[in-house]
Amino acid sequence: MLDVCIVGGGVIGTAISRELSRYQLKVRVVERNEDVATETTKANSGIVHGGYDAAHGKLKGFFSAKGNAMYPQLEEELHFGFRQTGSFVVAFNEGQEPELDRLLENGIKNGARGLEIISGDRAREMEPHLSKSVTKALYCSTAGVTSPYELSVALAENAAKNGVEYSFYTEVNGIEKVEDHFILHTSKGPVEAKVVINAAGLYADRISAMIGEDDFTINPRQGQYVLLDKDQAFMTDTVIFQAPENGSKGVLVTPTVHHNILVGPNSDYIDEKNDVATTSDVIAKILKAGSKSIDAINTRKVIRSFSGNRASSDRGDFIIGETKVKGFVNVAGIESPGLTSAPAIAIHVADILKEMGLELTADPNFDPTRKPYKRIADMEAEELNNLIAEEPAYGRVICRCESISEGEIVDAIHRGLPITSVDAIKKRTRAGMGRCQGGFCAPRVMEIISRETGLSMEEITKQGEGSYLLTKRSKDALEKGGQDA
Amino acid sequence: MLKYELVVIGGGPAGLSAAVEAYEQGVRKILILERDKELGGILNQCIHNGFGLHRFKEELTGPEYSLRYIDLVKDTTIETLTDTMVLEISEQKVVRAISAERGYMEIEAKAVVFSMGCRERTRGAIQLQGDRPAGVFTAGTAQRFINMEGYMPGKRVVILGSGDIGLIMARRMTFEGAKVEAVCELMPYSNGLTRNIVQCLDDYDIPLMLSHTIVKVHGKARVEGVTIAKVDENFKPIPESFKRIDCDTVLLSVGLIPENEITQNAGIAVDTRTSGPKVGELRQTEMEGVFACGNVVHVHDLVDFVSEEGALSGKGVAKYLKGELETTPNFSTANSDGIGYVVPQTVNLSNVDDQVTFYMRVRSVYDKHIVRAYQGDTLIAEKKERKFLPAEMVNFKIKKEILANLADGEIRFVVEEV
Ligand SMILES: Cc1cc2nc3c(=O)[nH]c(=O)nc-3n(C[C@H](O)[C@H](O)[C@H](O)COP(=O)(O)OP(=O)(O)OC[C@H]3O[C@@H](n4cnc5c(N)ncnc54)[C@H](O)[C@@H]3O)c2cc1C
Ligand SMILES: Cc1cc2nc3c(=O)[nH]c(=O)nc-3n(C[C@H](O)[C@H](O)[C@H](O)COP(=O)(O)OP(=O)(O)OC[C@H]3O[C@@H](n4cnc5c(N)ncnc54)[C@H](O)[C@@H]3O)c2cc1C
Repeated sequence: MLDVCIVGGGVIGTAISRELSRYQLKVRVVERNEDVATETTKANSGIVHGGYDAAHGKLKGFFSAKGNAMYPQLEEELHFGFRQTGSFVVAFNEGQEPELDRLLENGIKNGARGLEIISGDRAREMEPHLSKSVTKALYCSTAGVTSPYELSVALAENAAKNGVEYSFYTEVNGIEKVEDHFILHTSKGPVEAKVVINAAGLYADRISAMIGEDDFTINPRQGQYVLLDKDQAFMTDTVIFQAPENGSKGVLVTPTVHHNILVGPNSDYIDEKNDVATTSDVIAKILKAGSKSIDAINTRKVIRSFSGNRASSDRGDFIIGETKVKGFVNVAGIESPGLTSAPAIAIHVADILKEMGLELTADPNFDPTRKPYKRIADMEAEELNNLIAEEPAYGRVICRCESISEGEIVDAIHRGLPITSVDAIKKRTRAGMGRCQGGFCAPRVMEIISRETGLSMEEITKQGEGSYLLTKRSKDALEKGGQDA
Repeated sequence: MLKYELVVIGGGPAGLSAAVEAYEQGVRKILILERDKELGGILNQCIHNGFGLHRFKEELTGPEYSLRYIDLVKDTTIETLTDTMVLEISEQKVVRAISAERGYMEIEAKAVVFSMGCRERTRGAIQLQGDRPAGVFTAGTAQRFINMEGYMPGKRVVILGSGDIGLIMARRMTFEGAKVEAVCELMPYSNGLTRNIVQCLDDYDIPLMLSHTIVKVHGKARVEGVTIAKVDENFKPIPESFKRIDCDTVLLSVGLIPENEITQNAGIAVDTRTSGPKVGELRQTEMEGVFACGNVVHVHDLVDFVSEEGALSGKGVAKYLKGELETTPNFSTANSDGIGYVVPQTVNLSNVDDQVTFYMRVRSVYDKHIVRAYQGDTLIAEKKERKFLPAEMVNFKIKKEILANLADGEIRFVVEEV
């Protein structure tokens, strides 16, 4: 019997799992997809918000300011990629300027740090490509950018190292309360646990309803993006939001932690939770809105467009806490700034478990660190030379756009979580994230996964069940003929 | 530090031909660096025939064609290192590379040839909308899977773009038992060679749908279909024409982009028309002692011209090393009406033996037209062709004695009605 079963391996589930791995508990994360960070957590803005935006008095405001403050140490321990770039909220006319004052005040109340209102000219000194029409900006020095999926992977790997089990391809289809514990009916059989934590993102309402707690609904709200080539990094290295106008929030232009530029998102309610298709009219709208902030958006430099859905609940705030069903904890409706808040939410959830009476004994063997990747792209000559002499696989470049070596890919495969897809490698190493989008390296990455895991080429998927890449050997007939002869 | 007279970056047909020519012209200390396991470049995965018609007057397959050059290299003292990736070159022409076997290397070169080839445009680059399931491949990736790795990437296929790789893959997939439903081409004409349309589509009854595009990809895990549409003269999809085709695979053949990261990092400007470095008549770039040839300069449709260009750069290297390469150009070239680009971008007459070949592409299909070269209003030369197609590179030769009679300045190429 498990002490805790966490449903969902997004940033929320992985953050909670890592927090609980500090204690002597038997914890398992069940995730229906092939890896962590496969839904909302893989497609968002990747911003570690300053904590001034979400309204004071709401959980969102409270956790985002707290979460932001935890990031520098988290990065030191786990090496997932975080840069404190600072952010602007820009106003384009006097009418919008009071909005900046309001955010500043709200931020101070939330406990956000590093806030200051500056002139348009001062902002342009910091970011020369910022539009001439910006009159004023709210600057926040503590805001930053991260890689949400690398963070989740790091949290999960660290949790796994400290004893948490991860079960992929495990979908929860029903939950039964029996006396003092739960039986979760999953696609891989029953799982018994004293405590269930519902971190199922867009589907948290469905999981909650399985034990009769159906007093909220999650309404998916879409966000589409375009990603620009790294050679466009000159556009800005500060996150640029637009002051809200006529109720609409404006589009953001932001550097990513790896120095691409991201433009988006829209914010429209949609019908299907898993509808992450992109549409040309929305993409066109985003590009147009983005060019209000920065004039230099070069659409020929788009390398990818994608979309993710926010898990907005009808309560208008995060829903965190034990339900009327003892032992069942909801962590639901975690829309933006959920990524920022995740580390703070995780600590809060541990506190809830303690209050519920679960015994939290510190595990003396807990190791908060995860070893960083050896990235050949970031190495100096001598370091590189020594590394290759020791481990030749670091001298074989597999992804040429991002300069990712075979050594990095092999390392990713042997870090404790099972690897079965090309996207899992992409999320961990960036192989396939560059301008050629895996056209060159995908076959080579598949060969390495196959060699290291024993999976056949046909078994390797792009992103989990049903997303097979190859159908059969092309020379089947020929080969058979050859054998017979 | 290793020292060479010439380091060639990229061991495809361009680089091989450059090395062989430089050798024949007397350069001895030559090193070819290739990141793949074998020499031969993209030709290794092109197992169809049709290579070498101009150069060898024979129809060879890709590997056969490259083998001819590899054999030529073997007869010399040219050294080659495969499985070796060049990372960058410095201003002093120090080539930095890594390999599993030798680790990190710095190689001092007196001259360098860039012959890195090109890469394919992707779905991101053309902003293909809809879902992002598995089953969307560039045609070249699919070609590698089938011809080199021995795996089929799908059973029922729609191809977007009618570039040569896409056309050839339509036939290849058909040979392997897949069904190709259609080839959609945005333009009102194909971007592939005529012979490929006939031999790869017509012969197998695969429909070529001109002025058509894919407006949406369907499928969560694996491709389940696409919605295609006819486009109007502004390339806007016409809603009434939307039509769904069920398929499990989409192949993209939507253009190639010269691979010039090393070039740009070395501070060598790239021409926005060709996406390759600006070059002179012997393929010298703007950086002294650095030459470029093949698809890294501009995308060629026939390998024969790649080899020809490689040889030019090999000549250039030899002249440069002997201190005989003149650098200030007499002419610059310009493209106007109907011409997309012209290579070389500059010409220095004293480096020319008897004629200069100008390579160029027209912007759309022209019947009953002629390509003319002018200086100011003066007609210099002209080139007739039954038909000019964007897919077929125009080779426009002008004799040295004609150029010698001109004043220094610009030579402009135009498509005109006859
Ligand atoms: C467009 C957009 C922009 C955003 N920008 C930011 C930002 O800049 N900064 C910020 O702080 N936040 C941002 N967010 C919010 C942030 O992305 C989310 O709050 C966060 O990713 C939510 O994580 P999660 O773990 O709750 O959900 P998810 O990542 O969706 O994880 C839930 C997991 O549960 C699994 N699951 C569901 N049902 C089952 C089942 N029955 N059985 C087993 N597993 C199941 C799913 O497969 C999934 O992996 C943004 C969100 C969006 C959509
Ligand atoms: C599918 C297809 C079908 C074709 N069909 C025909 C046909 O029927 N007839 C015909 O005549 N032509 C055809 N062509 C065109 C012709 O083959 C190409 O134009 C020619 O191969 C280009 O030669 P290249 O040497 O410039 O480039 P490539 O052949 O691409 O060679 C470049 C080499 O450089 C290497 N390289 C790149 N960067 C580095 C680095 N940093 N370090 C080390 N090495 C590096 C690459 O690995 C590669 O081997 C076809 C092309 C394709 C793709």
